[in-house]
Amino acid sequence: MANYSSNQFKNGLKVMIDGDPCTMVDVEFVKPGKGQAFTRVKLRNLLTGRIWERTFKSGDSVEGADVMDTDMEYSYYDGELWYFMDPSTFEQYGADENAVADAKKWLKEQDKVMVTLFNGNPISVTPANFVELEVVETDPGLKGDTAQGGSKPATLSTGAVVRVPLFINQGEILKIDTRTGEYVSRA
Amino acid sequence: MNSDWQPTASIDNLRRRAGIVADIRRFFAERSVLEVDMPVMSHCAVSDPFIDSIEVAYRAYPQAEAETLYLQSSPEYAMKRLLAAGSGAIYQLGKAFRNGEVGQRHNPEFCMLEWYRPGFDDQRLMDEVAALVEPILGLPPIERISYGELFERYLQIDPHRATATELAAEARRHLDVQMDDEDPDSWLNLLMSHVIEPRLAERGALFVCDYPASQAALAQVRKDHKGRPVAARFELFVNGIELANGYHELTDAAEQQRRLEADQRQRAALDLPQRPLEMRLVAALQQGLPDCAGVALGVDRLVMLALNTEQIGDVIAFPYPRA
Repeated sequence: MANYSSNQFKNGLKVMIDGDPCTMVDVEFVKPGKGQAFTRVKLRNLLTGRIWERTFKSGDSVEGADVMDTDMEYSYYDGELWYFMDPSTFEQYGADENAVADAKKWLKEQDKVMVTLFNGNPISVTPANFVELEVVETDPGLKGDTAQGGSKPATLSTGAVVRVPLFINQGEILKIDTRTGEYVSRA
Repeated sequence: MNSDWQPTASIDNLRRRAGIVADIRRFFAERSVLEVDMPVMSHCAVSDPFIDSIEVAYRAYPQAEAETLYLQSSPEYAMKRLLAAGSGAIYQLGKAFRNGEVGQRHNPEFCMLEWYRPGFDDQRLMDEVAALVEPILGLPPIERISYGELFERYLQIDPHRATATELAAEARRHLDVQMDDEDPDSWLNLLMSHVIEPRLAERGALFVCDYPASQAALAQVRKDHKGRPVAARFELFVNGIELANGYHELTDAAEQQRRLEADQRQRAALDLPQRPLEMRLVAALQQGLPDCAGVALGVDRLVMLALNTEQIGDVIAFPYPRA
């Protein structure tokens, strides 16, 4: 991989820090009038999710990380790994629990997701911002209560539990915002 | 459609900027300080190791071999030559240039206000800086604190005595930084810019004075009330932003020459470019620089603070990426 010098640092740049792939989430040039120049970078470790700040001297360089965000389709779960297919190459990738993490609550077969590959292996899975999932279990809907007040838990086909309005019934398809885990509307 | 042709600053911001620039000129006209216009392009470069001058290629005719000239990083040297020639109080409002300085609060060409007051010391010049800045920013009277007190208060460290090792340990307690340096000033600058300055944001405006003698640059060195040698230098911070830097100016020609040569040696040690030193400044000091105080203030940052914006591009029509 290429090396990047501090003047090339920018948000979204993927670099290797202490052996782990990291992404830059904030880059600030700091230079006192009479002192040395520094670049202060907020980094997110792509394996652990940890966010921290590191200060680089001007002119320091770091190695780029072989990290690629790839659009894929979710295929199936075999009890150990979640499998995703790159629709342009038909290549399958198995992602472990660590990589799939919270995304597994929103994975429906054939849905499009973004898989982040590091050296060709999935390290994280990001679902689409909105997914449509079926309600498999909830208390019976209350007639007439379409406007205000109250919510109840509903279990979706993926096992996720979300708060929904009282009028929602079993078997309905709902639109969910995966970033907040909240009900948006009926699909 | 590409929008790169457009200014990054709104026309309204540029109007307000022009208003502040007019206020500055009025301030100095009322005080009978003469406006001067020093060369932007010079045969000599600033000696400060951490200020990199932008080089330009001057040619006597298009095919001629180029002569390297330097865009000035501050009109200081030229203004002092003028003071030595008997100009009296002078100010300049114009462009200064520094290589590589691009960021939220940096643009490689920026507007600098610099002025010199014969007969003033650093304390009296701070009064005048306050008189200029307070009404523009709507500030209450600006507090003063010494560099030593500042480090004692925020880090419980005596910056005049601490060793590079102690300062490095303190820096590593606050910051993840991969740096080795035996110069205490490197660590002091790092602690100041990364640990203390952000905390000054909540204190509004503040003059920091009595810098370590090792950071005197072109300021006189005197003893503080504890008998320690300190630089007669001050900086103004507003909301954690470095806005101005002033000195009770060094007038001793031999000492001036020693400092220029020390900078040049430090540049060599750090593998930084060697550039022609401004020996005409030394000659001017030999002739006699009046006892005076001088200060440089970043006008773009002043406008940013007045307009309460976060990006220098909000107050400059075409910053570096669009220039």
